[in-house]
Parts: sequence; structure tokens; C-alpha cells
Amino acid sequence: MAQSTLAHEPQVRIERAGDEVRAVLSGRWTAEHAAMVETLVADIMTEADRRRVMIDLARVDRLDTLGAWVLDRTRHDLGGKGLSADFIQATPEQRILLNEVAYRGFQEEVKPRHSPFVDFLVDVGQSVASAGRDFVGGVAFLGELASAFLRVITHPRRFRGSAVVNQLEQIAYRGVPIIVLISFLVGCIVAQQGIFQLQKFGATAFVIDLTGILVLRELAVLLTSIMVAGRSGSAFTAEIGSMKMREEIDALRVMGLDPMEVLIIPRVLALVIGLPLLTFISSLAALAGGGVTAWLYGDISVDVFLSRLRAAVGINTFLVGLIKAPFMALVIGIIATIEGLAVKGSAESLGQHVTSSVVKAIFMVIVLDGLFAMFFAAIRF
Amino acid sequence: MSTVLDTARPRPSERSREAIIRVRGLEVGFGERLVMKGLDLDVMRGEILGFVGASGQGKSVLTRAILGLVPKRAGTIEVFGENLDELSPADRRLVDRRWGVLFQQGALFSALTVKQNVQLPMREYLKLSDRLLDELAMLKIEMVGLKPDAADKLPSELSGGMIKRAALARALALDPEILFLDEPTSGLDPIGAGDFDDLIATLQRTLGLTVFMVTHDLDSLYTVCDRIAALGDGKILAAGPIETMLASDHPWLRSYFHGKRARAVVAGDA
Repeated sequence: MAQSTLAHEPQVRIERAGDEVRAVLSGRWTAEHAAMVETLVADIMTEADRRRVMIDLARVDRLDTLGAWVLDRTRHDLGGKGLSADFIQATPEQRILLNEVAYRGFQEEVKPRHSPFVDFLVDVGQSVASAGRDFVGGVAFLGELASAFLRVITHPRRFRGSAVVNQLEQIAYRGVPIIVLISFLVGCIVAQQGIFQLQKFGATAFVIDLTGILVLRELAVLLTSIMVAGRSGSAFTAEIGSMKMREEIDALRVMGLDPMEVLIIPRVLALVIGLPLLTFISSLAALAGGGVTAWLYGDISVDVFLSRLRAAVGINTFLVGLIKAPFMALVIGIIATIEGLAVKGSAESLGQHVTSSVVKAIFMVIVLDGLFAMFFAAIRF
Repeated sequence: MSTVLDTARPRPSERSREAIIRVRGLEVGFGERLVMKGLDLDVMRGEILGFVGASGQGKSVLTRAILGLVPKRAGTIEVFGENLDELSPADRRLVDRRWGVLFQQGALFSALTVKQNVQLPMREYLKLSDRLLDELAMLKIEMVGLKPDAADKLPSELSGGMIKRAALARALALDPEILFLDEPTSGLDPIGAGDFDDLIATLQRTLGLTVFMVTHDLDSLYTVCDRIAALGDGKILAAGPIETMLASDHPWLRSYFHGKRARAVVAGDA
């Protein structure tokens, strides 16, 4: 099937007679030979030094839209130079094609040019403005969510219990294995590093205080929130986004169903319930990891670990972590839903919004954790 | 093969004899279910073949099997006289660039503008200057009856009819010899569908296309199709011009071509 042999290449022979230039074309004037076609018509343009130009198509093997377009463009350009140009010996099919493509100039779109510095300033300005809009949008959405929640509470029949349970299974139950695994490993790592550093002061036993407090106050809830943002937040955005793309959200609306009640409240509620549960499990797994490492590296037996842990952490330490979890869940849920609803028609837009949902959720979770740390320090909890 | 390519386009009388697609004994199945049961089909060069069949009979499956998107269990498919199974991957790519496909939903790349969609196959396969790339894309866009300002729109900003036209422009980007159309007029209003039929007929005449059209539109079958093939029970029930279809006494064909809707079309034509 090798088609591009020399015999097929387009060629032009120029003949002159009287006030006439005759360009005899041969070969294939098709898109495969586009570069050749363009050089050849440039030749015709330069060779056309008489008043009349005849473009002879008799020996053209094949002509496609590209060939026809370029030839008709040439005819038009020759006309622009004050010459009269015509096609001769074209087959009826070639005539139809030449008439169909009929050259016309397409107006060039004029792109305004800016200096890179101005572009940079514009970018910065737009990012600040969009961050501000995100914040306002988030607060407004929180209000909408709260009012929808109140509606559901006052009309309990509109509450979708089965949807919440279904979401709980997806978010919490199916998330347990991976969260247990990473929490256990992080517990091990923290304890191991603690032992290595504290050994220098002969204070190995304090690794239990270190691990216990760090895990319960910060690590468990942070790990869980980040994992849930990546696992469930992205899933929400993708689900809601693709429903938006395929007009399913509009379909709900015209049936008189509020997407807020049907889709969003069950998901956010399941997150708010599920995240504290997962945080609790994560704490246990991380403490278990710490215990195993303390036993292996620090020769701390299980009963020593447990009794020391009981002395080191109070109920407040445990609660600090747990109190934060529902707030983290709310932030993840709100960001995931807003991003999902912002998806436009294209697959690319869906991808962008899922990415920004996860990135924004993780960022906000960490910012919120910092705010909580300051708050609890201030109230000495 | 080469004899076909080296001469100018054959005259209509010659065309009618040469099968550009030849399907023999095609079997396609999913799991236990056999959808194509030894199907034979010829598509002649230069014709517009309308392909009909009840929903779920596998019209799309046959199209996808010819295009190589669905694996077949048995049978041969010859396109341009070449058995698709025996081609090297490089030759297979050459076949791919000689046909264009209009998918039912358009299948435009949603992240690209209409113009970029049309230019994509050109960029992949042809070495064109930027000027020519722009001009050709605009030419194809105008040929399918879209306004120039549609060129810079994204598929999500287009109406259903415009999506079909834009997808047709993309299918025509490489000047294909065969054009596959999967329900080109579904979802269009009758006037839009009629325009689309005219467009396909004009393009077929101008570019010498062979058109394989899966359709349920009786108007299309009556007005633009040279020949019709009907699919039923995994085989071709009948193939031929509309008169053959009307004369057939197969129960499904009778109810299809003599039903209430079909009579309305005939009455409208008269």
C-alpha cells in the first residue's frame, strides 16, 4: 500500500504561447503532497508573466479538497495581480469540486498582544479575585446547606435515610482498611523516630507520651481527613460533575426534587458522621503501631505502654482530635460539592474540578487544623 | 489495489460493480449471545447505502466490527480490497485515514474547539503549513454548513444539529473515501434532517464518497440512499434499492416499509 512513489508526485510544466501562460499539472494534487502542492503553486505565481493563465488539469490523477482549494486560491491570487486565470480540461467531477471549495478569504482573527509583565499582573489579580469569590461562594453554600438541612429536619419525610447509609458505607466502611493501614504505619514511624531521638537523653519511655498526644490531637484526624478528601471528596466532585454534564441535575430540578436534598445533604451528612468514626479507628490503629514499635525498638512491654499511655493522655487529648473531625468533613463536603457543580460540558473541565476539589480540600483541612491548634492553645484545652 | 488508485475516479457505471467493503461470514458475539450469525454484505464504491434494522439487532455492532472497534469471532472483512486481518499495523493506519466516521453522539473532543477538532486528524497525518491548516479547517466547517464563528466554539456550546455538522466536518478532514454515519439525522428536526440529507448527497457527489449510513429515518432512505440493506436475526434480510424493500414480503420489512409512518412519507413525496 505504499502510495508515495515519485510517479504520483504533483508536477507543473509551464508553457508559453503568445500572451498566454499554460500551466500543465500532473500527478496527484492531494493532501499527502501538501508541501509540494504549495511550492508548485508558488512557482506558478512567479512564472505567470503573461496576461492570460491557463491551468490545465488534463493529466491530474487525483484532486482532493486540499488540491482544489490551493488551485482555486491561486486562480484568485492571479486575478488579484490583474491576470485572467482559468481552469481548462477539468473533468466534470473536478469542476464540481472546484466550484464547491470556491476560494474565499477567511478573516484572520486578530489577537491582542500584551506584555508578559501585564499578563502576570492580570493573572495575580484574577487569582486573588477568584480566591475571594471562592470564599464568598463557600460561605453562601454553607448557608444554603444549613437552610436545606433545616428544611429536612422540619420535614423528616424528605430525609433520605437510605442514601445516607449508602454513602456511609462508601465513605466510612470501605475506607476502613486503607485508613487502618496508613495510620498503623504512621504510628510506627513516629514512635520509631521518637525512640531514636529520645534515647539520647535516656528518656525512651517518653515516646509513649509523644506518640499518644501527637496521634490523638493531630495525626489521626489529619491523616483521615486527607485520605477522605482524596478518596471521597474526589468521588463527590466527579459524581456531581458528571451528573451536571449530562443534565441529570436539571432532570432532578424539573421533577421538583431539590438536588441539595437528594444528592448533597446525604453526602455531607455521611461525611460528618463518617469522618469522626474513621478518626477514632485511625487513632486506635496509630496507637497500635506506636505500641508495636515501642516494643520492638524500645523494649517497652505492652502493659508498661498501656499504663503510661493512660497517665499521659487525658480525655481532653482524645476529644481535641474528635471535635475537629466533623468540621473537616464539612469543609471537604462543601468544597467537593461546589467544585462538582462548577463542572462545565467538557471532560477536561471535569478533570480540572476534581483535581482542584482535592487540592483545595487538603489545603483547607490543614489551614483549619492550624486554626484549631491556636484555638485550643488559647483556651488551654 | 493499485489499479483503483492510479486512475481517475471511475465513472458511475464502473463504480457499481466494485465492492469497496466486502463482509463475508461475519460472526460477532458477546458472551453466550451471538449477534452476527454469518453475515454477508457488500458496499459498492460511490453509493450511499442505508442500513436499517430493529433496535438491538446490532446495526451499530456491525459498523463497529467493520471499523475494528469490536472483535469478531469469524469471517472476513475486506476494505479497499484488503483483508483487514492480514494488514500490518502500518497498513492498517493507512486504511484508517481513508475512512471517516460520524458517531451517533458526535464524539467531538470536548476540550478542543470545533476548528481544533477538525484539524486534529490533519495535524496527525498531513504535513500542512499553518495557513493551509487554518484555511482547510474553515473550508470543511463551511462545507458542512456551519457559520465561521462556530469554529472557535467548544462542543459544549453547540446545539445538537451543529454537533452533528461539526462531527461531519471532522470525519471529512482527511478527504476519506468511505464515510460511516451512525444515525446522522437522529435528534434533528425534520427540516434540519432534510438539510443534512441534502448535505450528504452533495458531499457524496462532490467528493465521490462511498457512504455507509445507519439510519431509521425513512425520509433519508427514500431521498438519498441508492441502496438499502436490512439487518435481522444476525444476517442481511434483504439488500437493494427501495423498490426491492417495498416488494419484500419479510414480515419485519413489510411492517417497516408499509407501516403508518412509511405511508406518510410516501404520501408526502407524492
